[in-house]
Amino acid sequence: MSTSTLDTSARAVAAPARPAAPAPKLPAAEFAMPAQPGALQRWLSRWVVPALLPLALLVAWDLAVRWSGTMLVPSPKEVAITLWDFAFGGIYDDAFSETLATHWLQSMARVYGAFALAAAAGIPLGMVIGKNAAIRRVVDPTLQMLRPVPVTAWLPLSMIFFGVGPNAAIFLVFLGAFFPIVINTAFGVKSVEVRLFEAAAMLGCSGTSMFRQVVLPAALPSIFNGLRLGHGIAWFLIVVGEMTGVPEGLGAAIMDGRMLSRTDIVISGMVVIGFTGFVTDRLLVALNNRLLKWSPQHNV
Amino acid sequence: MSDSIATRKPTPILDIADVSKVFPLNGRPIHALKDVNLQIHKGEFICLIGASGCGKSTLLRIMGGFEPVSTGSARMYHAPIQAPGPERGMVFQDYGLFPWLTVRENIAFGPKQRGLPAARLKEISDRFVNMVGLGKFAEHFPNQLSGGMKQRVSIARALANDCEVLLMDEPFGALDALTREVLQQELLDIWEKTKLTVIFVTHAVEEAVLLADRVVVMTAGPGRVERDYRIPLDRPRCITDPAFNLVRRELTEMLSSHVSLPKAA
Repeated sequence: MSTSTLDTSARAVAAPARPAAPAPKLPAAEFAMPAQPGALQRWLSRWVVPALLPLALLVAWDLAVRWSGTMLVPSPKEVAITLWDFAFGGIYDDAFSETLATHWLQSMARVYGAFALAAAAGIPLGMVIGKNAAIRRVVDPTLQMLRPVPVTAWLPLSMIFFGVGPNAAIFLVFLGAFFPIVINTAFGVKSVEVRLFEAAAMLGCSGTSMFRQVVLPAALPSIFNGLRLGHGIAWFLIVVGEMTGVPEGLGAAIMDGRMLSRTDIVISGMVVIGFTGFVTDRLLVALNNRLLKWSPQHNV
Repeated sequence: MSDSIATRKPTPILDIADVSKVFPLNGRPIHALKDVNLQIHKGEFICLIGASGCGKSTLLRIMGGFEPVSTGSARMYHAPIQAPGPERGMVFQDYGLFPWLTVRENIAFGPKQRGLPAARLKEISDRFVNMVGLGKFAEHFPNQLSGGMKQRVSIARALANDCEVLLMDEPFGALDALTREVLQQELLDIWEKTKLTVIFVTHAVEEAVLLADRVVVMTAGPGRVERDYRIPLDRPRCITDPAFNLVRRELTEMLSSHVSLPKAA
């Protein structure tokens, strides 16, 4: 293990400096670090390697469309043109032209609003469930029973509760993100090592201070797992929620595209959702890595 | 006041009187400790030694305030020990460091609980980081340290909180032999400098003979104090000294005569 190396270095630091010996005769290469990957190699592995599979899929899609001669599925190039028109207009000038921003902003507002609500409700509730065994016994069975019910099955009820419209979609997203956040937070809080509580108590920490200084940081990796899972589900559900009775939103655009047999619009909507979800996940990961830099196993 | 014996002898810093500890295990009571009496005076270095299951760690955890006694009393300066507190610093075998805090922040954790200002925390953490030779690692996280370095942080953390008693639960048990030797020496240096009271749980005879003023030999089933043995050696001690060897052998015989007992029972 690397531990012993570290320890000797510590001792070497503590030991009095040796009298300056004549310059070592050994060639410098003997002391060189193990070969570091070159700049090119690092650039390749950071930017090119992750892009290989998406590019290959694009090529496969294009070839499949050409070879089959289908008229039902547009080629990547056609989708790219539609996406441009969807965003900036000037090509087809139809009902979809230049409307992407409206749909996109509406969906983002709903997704992030509902996600924030789910986090605001889920994290405190998860902490209480994780910390308090009595509350856990009351709440946990219900939670575990509700969890396997696909959130999409809530859509009819959700429309009864909130009417046909965006609120039903927001409720779906909230519900879908809420479960992974609650459950992961509760797990994180419950599995804080007892030793850490003992150490903190021995050092004079207690009560709410213990919660803030021990429970919260120790559970943070699990909380982040919950947030990332919840976020993934949130994008999944907004489309389902927006498919019925919502005029604006990426889900609505996809549904309209389907009704009008505009498969290029359907795929454009899918691309935008995939891209947005990816960027947000990267942001969550960056925040995760910043807050959890102490934990190598949680640096994604 | 009326107790003439108490005035003749100095008040023990820790007083364990008729302590028994019973744990329920699968519905049956297990006697971890039975009628244990032990008095520890200020500045003493005590080793608790015995085979596993003799209750030495339980006794240490009672002194730390982590476990209540079943019967009897555990007192520090006459006050019953009821909860963990900064005056009794604990060093765990598995370190118990906060992985999200740097070495410096771990060491400053105790003083921070007392609400000291940032400048004072920096001063204290600087002093103790350097005392345990981790100056270069002050901003490292525990995950980036070796076992030996983690245990140094753990010791510094207890010291930085001005503990009077240092309770150590097999602190060097998981370390390699070389690191252990270095840390034993450093612990003795710190003890001599600070005149702390140290209670040190170990199952290594050599370690006990090297470190302790008194070795408390414990036996299992139920956990009892078998002997309270004063090490008749001057300091500094040398493990290759023939006199050291004699003491070690004597202590080993004391221990091994009990280790084989449970088989017959």
